[in-house]
Amino acid sequence: MARALLYDSTLCVGCRQCESACSTRWKLPYDDKIAAEEKTSAHKLTTIRTYGERFSRKLCMHCQDPACASVCPVAALRKTAAGPVVYEADRCMGCRYCMAACPFQVPSYEWNARLPLVRKCDFCSDRVPTNGPTRCSEECPTGASITGERSQLIAEAKKRIAEKPTEYYQKIYGIEEVGGTSVLVLSAVPFEQIGYNTKVEKSALPQYTWNALQHIPDVVVMGTVLMGGVYWISHRKEQVAKEEGRQ
Amino acid sequence: MTLMRKYFWRGIFWILIAGGAWSTFVRFYYGLGASTNLSDQFPWGIWIGFDILCGVGLAAGGFTLAAIVHIFNIKSFHAIVRPAILTAFLGYLLVVVALMFDLGRPYRIWHPIIMWNPRSVMFEVGWCVTLYTTVLFLEFLPAVLERFKLRKAQAVLKNVMLPIIIAGVILSTLHQSSLGSLFLIFPNKLHPLWYTSMLPVLFYVSAIATGLAMTIFESWHSSKAFGRQLEYSLICKLSRILAVVISVYMALRFLDLIHRGALSTLNQPGMERWLFGLEIVLMAVPMLMFFREKTRENPHSVYLGAVLFLLGFVTNRLNMSTTALEASSGVKYFPKWTELAVTLAIIAAGFAIFRFAVHYLPIFEDEHAHEEEQRDSPAHDLPVLATAKGD
Repeated sequence: MARALLYDSTLCVGCRQCESACSTRWKLPYDDKIAAEEKTSAHKLTTIRTYGERFSRKLCMHCQDPACASVCPVAALRKTAAGPVVYEADRCMGCRYCMAACPFQVPSYEWNARLPLVRKCDFCSDRVPTNGPTRCSEECPTGASITGERSQLIAEAKKRIAEKPTEYYQKIYGIEEVGGTSVLVLSAVPFEQIGYNTKVEKSALPQYTWNALQHIPDVVVMGTVLMGGVYWISHRKEQVAKEEGRQ
Repeated sequence: MTLMRKYFWRGIFWILIAGGAWSTFVRFYYGLGASTNLSDQFPWGIWIGFDILCGVGLAAGGFTLAAIVHIFNIKSFHAIVRPAILTAFLGYLLVVVALMFDLGRPYRIWHPIIMWNPRSVMFEVGWCVTLYTTVLFLEFLPAVLERFKLRKAQAVLKNVMLPIIIAGVILSTLHQSSLGSLFLIFPNKLHPLWYTSMLPVLFYVSAIATGLAMTIFESWHSSKAFGRQLEYSLICKLSRILAVVISVYMALRFLDLIHRGALSTLNQPGMERWLFGLEIVLMAVPMLMFFREKTRENPHSVYLGAVLFLLGFVTNRLNMSTTALEASSGVKYFPKWTELAVTLAIIAAGFAIFRFAVHYLPIFEDEHAHEEEQRDSPAHDLPVLATAKGD
């Protein structure tokens, strides 16, 4: 039942309709100058990147088990059952651990604001209850970005690869990257050639910190027993000496 | 001459405070963008790398000394527990101040208390630091109660001190190691010379060493500033323990590097290997120094060794938080002058408050009282007996 987005870079013509549609979601300004900035930032939550004749799109990958949500000390970021990773601005205290932890360098910060917040794509979570498409995929004239059920989109992607094996690189980006993401990407060339990080782990990142965190109760119990024991032994000498002195 | 010196240090102090004050204005009026060189690619700078990571580590003397004296009952170090706890208490308060600069919305610093995310290392660190600062306050309180002769409160506090001290050691163990766990989420971002699943253990052991080194550092300075002799024999003794702790750390560090095959990355060009080398040398040299009896007999050499080790520790933490992350971030980071000014002002404030507290509160044991106590006791070779009587 999880919503997902399939971006087929072979269909993308770089018209940037997705960028302008996204700016309406966040009521952000959008003009030629911003269109030319080929990177995401607090005022541009998705971007088209040009690699020669090819295009690729960057947006929040909406990981299945997101690092940002696991590291957030106040649970401002949350993976919803419906798929999107959403941000509850009222909780955020601005530690920016989410930005440090994101394997795709997605969350942006309002560096020039006096009271800044994190900005990132939320998969048009306002439309999730009605199962509506994201604004970017709604406006995409070529069908390069489409919204749907994750399992169905994976099936669709596999079908496209199988039907035109010469036109596609034989992999879907987002199936195993950091344990799976809700944004899936198809490409004609290996993904690293069009700006996708292929060096990310193949398993979910939160497990790495959990491996350490899960030992906290053990440290508390063992620490108390050890400290108490050492105290008992180290102070016994004194007690004995005291009593001997009394006799 | 001494007057010149005094004015020199006062001048430096006020320059640092003035720079900090202006930077504070820039930070809170114009925001993080104007006051730091941070970016979306490099969201953590020296306010995290130095003020928080090093600050918490440098304040580890509080729990280390409290455990040595009150749990392991090694009474000879009793005279330096209070200054160590004062340093730690001040250290943690300054860490919180620094955090207020770094947080985008500092007025929400209390949020983790009611908005929980137990999967987050930062959540755990936040809770531990909050609780441990409270513990340090309670450990420090006897000095204040003594000063104002509140005997009844003193007696009450003494009865609950043992659980407080044990809680302090455990809370410190948890968050000193968890500061290392913070970096476990970066398996592909952190350079292999630094990324290891052993990070919590390495952070913990190096924090203990730093606590000891910091105690030597601060005892030496108080001895100089207040013309005291008592600490000299103690800092020489501490250096022996420190030598062992550093060698444990070095063994862990290199075993881990070898097991992961990370040393092969030393062939790769770049500044990482040089800064890694600097970090190792600054820790290995004092370790070797402390193993020599000649060094241990000379307070000046012990002090020098402690300073070298502290620099090595700071290099390690800065490497963790900046050097090791630069390559994967795709940008270069060097702090803006306002970032440095805030950090330096916080350090200067720390020194000033320490001096102030030492001046007005009974932080250092009265040497003469201590000597008399020893003279009164019949068995000189049984120091345990002597102090037990003093209780």
